[in-house]
This record gives sequence, structure tokens and C-alpha cells, in this order.
Amino acid sequence: MKRYGLLILMLLMAFSAFPQREGGESALLQEKQGDDDLDMQEYLFGHIGDSYEWHITTVNGKPVSIPLLVIVRSKTTGWHIFSSHHLEEGEEYQGLFISQEEQYNGKVVERDADGTLVRPLDLSITKNVFSLMINCTLIVLLVLGTARWYRRHDALKEAPKGIAGIMEMLIVMVEDDIIKEGVGKDYKRYSPYLLTAFFFIFINNLMGIVPFFPGGANLTGNIAITLVLAVCTFLAVNLFGNKHYWKDILWPDVPLFLKAPLPLMPLIEIIGIFTKPFSLMIRLFANIMAGHCMLLGVVAVIFITAKMGPAINGSLSVIAVLFGVFMDILECLVAFLQAYVFTMLSAVFIGMSRQEAEPEHK
Amino acid sequence: MSLVTPDFGLLVWMTVIFAILFFILAKFGFPIITGMVNKRSDYIGKSLESAREAQRKVDALAEEQKRLIDETKREQSRILNEAAQTRDDIISEARQQARTEAEAILTQAREDIEAQRESALRDVRRQVADLSVEVAEKLVRNSLSDPEKADELIGKLIDEAAK
Repeated sequence: MKRYGLLILMLLMAFSAFPQREGGESALLQEKQGDDDLDMQEYLFGHIGDSYEWHITTVNGKPVSIPLLVIVRSKTTGWHIFSSHHLEEGEEYQGLFISQEEQYNGKVVERDADGTLVRPLDLSITKNVFSLMINCTLIVLLVLGTARWYRRHDALKEAPKGIAGIMEMLIVMVEDDIIKEGVGKDYKRYSPYLLTAFFFIFINNLMGIVPFFPGGANLTGNIAITLVLAVCTFLAVNLFGNKHYWKDILWPDVPLFLKAPLPLMPLIEIIGIFTKPFSLMIRLFANIMAGHCMLLGVVAVIFITAKMGPAINGSLSVIAVLFGVFMDILECLVAFLQAYVFTMLSAVFIGMSRQEAEPEHK
Repeated sequence: MSLVTPDFGLLVWMTVIFAILFFILAKFGFPIITGMVNKRSDYIGKSLESAREAQRKVDALAEEQKRLIDETKREQSRILNEAAQTRDDIISEARQQARTEAEAILTQAREDIEAQRESALRDVRRQVADLSVEVAEKLVRNSLSDPEKADELIGKLIDEAAK
């Protein structure tokens, strides 16, 4: 029953969206109709970027979207909390509107007394935030469901089947292959964080590949998400680093001239502290975003060639679909791989910060 | 470009949601699962160990059994041999005894025969002596009827006795 719950929720949300969207068509669609060309940049950024409503599909030229909550705090007018359908088609609501200009493009802005655009404090439940909530709920359900199985069954007598079995397999794999290998002896302390990171990235990656409603948001391909993850790893590495770790950074085991008058090596090591999580952040962000772009690009081939006649369009569509299937499968692999790599590197960095000093060579 | 500049709102939400997620999973999720899985793998390890131990015991028992059977077989053959030996001994002893007894009987018989013969001879001798005496008596009686001859004979007998 629980299995269908999400589906029902999704359908309910989709239907509840209809009456609110009867009014008109989005600015994006108007532009599309204005000149028949597909605006590639807008198409790409519209899909991999964030938005204030969750566009699901377009029926008979009318976009079907889930309106989300806009929460902004203006310096002059205070808090505003309202549904995002007030802002569609560039409408202004309570002095707020979505910028169509180069500056703050696609974000909620207001005009101050001089008429210049001002960005208020924006804590809206955007598409990404909403999707983040859904995916995290999914993760919680998966993990707590597995935990509940263990509470209800005697784990010494039987092994879990179904979803709990898959989860157990993944958890055991991550803990045995990545965490124990990477962190070393007191891995138990870091195991919850690394497992959380793994499942967060993995589930969000997979949900990003799902092309319709509860999925489809480009979460792990968003720099804010990967930034938080990287900061968490940074804190896990540096807050609990031992004496040997800091000694290796500030006074590394290199010839004296490399560190004495000019602290060359310490400088490089200190930069290294930051580049490690930075590379984690960029790697995940770039991989997932590039995957989404590739998929979108392959699909866009069908629309771009629509005007080139049925022969070219048809043949290229077949190629695009085949290539899209290939890309989707590849993305599934990448979804797992990136979660694996992020967790493994985090574990290795943590392990490095907890290494004991090796005995002196004689 | 907005792609590489983290959006503040999303950053805040992500931090909050990730913190909550981490808290929930770290408190109610993963430790239970990993704890149980570890417990189970320990249990499996222990079970394997005890299975090995049991196997070892069974092997030892089989070895012991084999040893016992071998021993029993040896014992059996030993007893059989002994019985055969005893039988042979008894037979040979019986034979020996029979022989001895037969010998004894024979000897007895021989002795009896000898004794019989002896007594028979003695009888014969006595009868001969009696007969001789009788004959001698008759002869002497005859001779004594003639006084001359009786004197001669008396003299002869005295001579003989004096010799």
C-alpha cells in the first residue's frame, strides 16, 4: 500500500494544479509561439535551473504546473508568503515580480524607490526545495522502513527481502567497501554521515533522471546542494583532525628550505584543505549537470530538426531516442558512481585526517 | 552566471533539510541497520565456527568409532584364535589322557596277565609237587615194602641231606 502512496500523492497534486492553471500560458510558451525557433539556452536553463513553480507538462498549449510557495522578506515591506501562481506570466503581486531582465533573471525581485531592481531575502519553496523535501522524505522512508524491518524481525534468523534487502545490500556495501576502507579504525563515528551522504546523493541523482513529476529536478547538479555537502565533508575532516594531520599541514616532513623562511609547503597544504572539498563540490555538480544537459540536448535534436522535413526529423528522432536511452542508462551508472565517488573521497579525506604518525624511518 | 552561484534560499533550505535528514537517519536509521547487520554477521561467523567445531567433533567421533571397530575386530580374531587354541589344547590333552589311560589299562592288563600266569604257574608247580610227592609216596611205599631197598634209600636220603 505504501508503495502506491507516492503515486497517489503525485496524481492528486497534478490534478489540483489544473484549475489554477486555466488562466493562460507561460511567458516561455509565448516566446516559443512568437518565433518558432526553440530557444536552446532557455530550454536548457529552464530544465536544469530552478523555478518558482513546478512545470509538469503542457496540455493544448496550456502549461500544467504545481504552484509552490513563495517566501520572501523585503527590506521595506517585510515578509511575503503567497502561492507562486500569482507571479506567472510576469505578473506583479504585492510589489514583487519575477525579473525578465538580465539582472536577477528568473528570480523574484522588487523595485525600490529609485526604480532599480532589488533582490529581497528569498526563502521560497522553489522546485528544487520542494523536490529536495520529496527526495529526503523518500530517503527517510526507505531507511527507516529498513530499520523498522530490523526492529520487527529477528535479524539473526532471517534476512530482509525486497526494498529492505536492497537497502541492506547497499548499506553493507558502502560501509564495508568505502567507509571501513577509507576511514580506518574508528569508522563507526563517521559511518552515519557518510551513509547519509551516499544515499542523499544516490537517491537525488536517480530522482533527477526520472523525467516526470516527483523527479526531474536537477538537485545534485545544483551548486548550492553540492556546496552544503562539500562543507559537511570539510567540517568532518577538519573538526576532528588529529595532531598528526595538523602537523603534516603546518610543518610537513620536507626539506627545511621549503618551509622555513617562506612557508611554501604549509601554504600549499592549507590551500589543499580547501581544494579537496571544492573538488568534491565541483565534481558532483558538473557531472550531474553535464549529464542532464546531454540528455536534454539529445532530446532537443528532435525539436530542432522538426522544421527540416519529415525525413531528417524522423531519422534523427530515431537516433535521438536510441541515444537518449543510452544516455539514460549511462546516467543511472553515473548516479551510482558519483554517489560512490563522493562518499569514497570523503571517507579517504576523513581517514587521512585521522592517520596516526608513522614510525620514524631509520 | 546563475549556474555556478549558489542560490541563498536553496542553500538555507538544503542546510536545514540535510541537517534534519542527517539527524533522523543517524539517530533512527543507520545505526540500527548496521548494528543488526554486524550482529548478524558476527552470528554467522560464530555459527560457521561452531559448525566447524561440530564437524571436527563428528570427524573425531568417526575416527573413534573406526578405532573401536578395529579394536573389536582385533579382539574378535584374538578370541577366535584363543578358542581354537583352547579347543586344540583340549583335544590334544584328551588324546594324551586317553593314551595315558589306555597305556595304564594295558599295563594293568599285562600285570594281571602276568599275575595270572604266575599264579597259574604256581598252581601247576604245586600240583606237580603234589603229584611228585604222591608219586614219590607211592614209589617210597613200594620200595619200603622191601626192607633192603628201604635201608638203601634211607641211607641215600641221609647222604643227600648231609650234602
